[in-house]
Amino acid sequence: MRPHSKIAALLSALFMGLGQLYNRQYIKGVLLIFIGAFFIIGYAADFVYAMNGLITLGSEVDKIEGFEIIKGDNSIHLLIQGLIFLIAFILILISHITNVIDAYTVGKRREMGKNPNNIKETLISIYEKGFPFMLLLPSLFATAFLIILPNLFGILLAFTNYSSPNHLPSNNLVDWVGFDTFINLFKMESWSHTFFGVFGWTIVWSIFSTFTCFFGGLFVALLVNKKGIKFKRFWRSVFILPWAIPQFVSILIMQNLFNGEFGPINQFLLQIGVIDNNINWLSDPLLAKITIIVVNIWFGFPYWMVLMSGVMTSIDAELFEAAEVDGANKKQMFRKITLPIVLFSTAPLLIMNFAGNFNNFNMIYLMTQGKPVNPDYQGAGSTDILISWIYKMTLEQRQYNMAAVVSILIFLVIATISIWNFRRTKAFKEEDMMS
Amino acid sequence: MIKNKTISGKITLVLCYILLTIITLSVLYPLLWVIMGSFNPGDSLFKPSLIPCEWVQKEAPSQVALDKNSSSENETSQQETKKKLDCKMTTAHYKYLFTETDYAKWYWNTFKIAFGNMVLSTFFIVTAGYVFSRYRFKGRKYSLMTMLVLQMFPSFMGMIAIYLLLDRIGLLDTHIGLVLVYAGGAIPFGAWLVKGYFDGIPRSLEEAARIDGAGHMTVFFKVMMPLSRPILVFVAVNNFISPWMDFIFARFVLTSTEKKTLAIGLFDMVTGKSSTQFTNFAAGAVLVAIPITILFVIFQKHIVEGLKAGANKG
Repeated sequence: MRPHSKIAALLSALFMGLGQLYNRQYIKGVLLIFIGAFFIIGYAADFVYAMNGLITLGSEVDKIEGFEIIKGDNSIHLLIQGLIFLIAFILILISHITNVIDAYTVGKRREMGKNPNNIKETLISIYEKGFPFMLLLPSLFATAFLIILPNLFGILLAFTNYSSPNHLPSNNLVDWVGFDTFINLFKMESWSHTFFGVFGWTIVWSIFSTFTCFFGGLFVALLVNKKGIKFKRFWRSVFILPWAIPQFVSILIMQNLFNGEFGPINQFLLQIGVIDNNINWLSDPLLAKITIIVVNIWFGFPYWMVLMSGVMTSIDAELFEAAEVDGANKKQMFRKITLPIVLFSTAPLLIMNFAGNFNNFNMIYLMTQGKPVNPDYQGAGSTDILISWIYKMTLEQRQYNMAAVVSILIFLVIATISIWNFRRTKAFKEEDMMS
Repeated sequence: MIKNKTISGKITLVLCYILLTIITLSVLYPLLWVIMGSFNPGDSLFKPSLIPCEWVQKEAPSQVALDKNSSSENETSQQETKKKLDCKMTTAHYKYLFTETDYAKWYWNTFKIAFGNMVLSTFFIVTAGYVFSRYRFKGRKYSLMTMLVLQMFPSFMGMIAIYLLLDRIGLLDTHIGLVLVYAGGAIPFGAWLVKGYFDGIPRSLEEAARIDGAGHMTVFFKVMMPLSRPILVFVAVNNFISPWMDFIFARFVLTSTEKKTLAIGLFDMVTGKSSTQFTNFAAGAVLVAIPITILFVIFQKHIVEGLKAGANKG
């Protein structure tokens, strides 16, 4: 008997659809050949050009010859085009492999003496077996082009010299520079000083903002859930308001409340005579940092309060009864029962919250825009955290490559924290999860 | 001994109430301030008084003037014969928003984007989550890992690429483009969340349905969807609310003024060059905050549960 499966697979590997023809699945084969031919005739030349562009990032800038402008290469357009083609190529490659596998399995069926499916059967089987893929296809495309492609592009930028003032297309070309930008970030005084300064404050900010809100929430949850306190629902619904109100609105309100010149807080303090001069809540470097952390409690505590209230009310009452029988007092019960349970069940969230605060762009940018200006820093203000610094580097200073480098560093920090956190959680240990 | 305990208990209770009141005041103060500010005449919110009312000396309190005031003030005016509470509440800022600015348009834009994002994201997330939970196929593990890693990239990393990409396909400065960006970004977190939820639903129901001859579609729509209502609501509400808050991508993708969303419009009101529009901003902020807050409070339970699930499942 002829090895149908291998011949069909080989033919399909040679050109999409040939193996299917060999398997006497004519309609399917012709359709596949058309698809294959469409991509090869239509895009092969473009693909080579795009790959070349991705590697060289262009060689000619715009030139003026006589009265004509000869369009040169735009490195950044070449870069993104190269990536689009690369991802499209991978997707096509996957379908090509599927086509080879299909030819192989149909060949195997023939070897076993069964007839290959006709087109109707094929369609039914595609629907039956391919249903999950069809369901996944939209999100696969969206993820590939809207998340993977942009992030890949971002990573690649870190290895170029795409930055103002000397390497901005289309007047200049951009080149691959390897790890030079990384080295500059750590070696060049102006960059490294800014980076470590901003990084330090980012860590301080993340720690303080996470813990103040966490314990603030715990404190309020304890207050509200205390025995004998009435109108629990009322207190809870008032305290949830800061979480419910669109954050950008309330941050902008806060920014105005703490305005150093005519903000109502200063006005009020002046009126009752506590202070004689306006306090520069947001324009003094140190005070601005403190103000942001304190104001952030307003935004952050409701989340924890709600979560912890939930945990506290779900603690088995028998535990407390047993403790009471054993002669434990309130303090002991709190320290030995309530606190451990609350901490245990909120710990993973605490870590994710830390990661969230690390990248809490809205709070910093809408509150201060990173101000006050710090003359020692390269393009960052005193209250800028890494993410808002990146934003400024991208939109204001066009230091795209440096922004990409810092983004990668942020990614490394967040990834480390998240993976560590994830490995601890039950989900990861569940057998079915990752198998 | 027992008496002592009750007294100290009472003192702590009183202390608790005092603390609760203080917290309530500090929570409500910024909100009251902005609400009052939106009714405040003039363009500056920076007035010493929270309430835009002041006592003015009146030479001869006349009945005509009293009638002009609203009924709530009548009582006070009657008590004070010489002084009168003069309230300068005005709805001028609300009128201004709708007549002088594109506020209504921004509102409509944001609503369109939010609605579009809700539909598209939920579709992406639920289909992906379902496949990852219920089917086993090659590359599943790697896809899940990739989804996890993708969540950790800072959102700005891809900004330039997204700009160029949208420019290339002609969707820059369009609402569809922005919806695509939001919906794409929502997939990794959402798919993991929904997958985790689906994993918790026993398979026996689907298997029973399959034995009864139900196809893929029937199982998906008639069995899974009704069982996963809570998480569907969470995903939908979450993705409806998020465009109202986003400022970064909206600013980046939408360049022309008439396509602005509320977040950008309001931000420009208080931080732009014409940043003397505090009272107008306040009115605008109140109008955004009210519906979103109501929405949040209605779905509060779902949101809390969803966030908890998200953290536990990755």
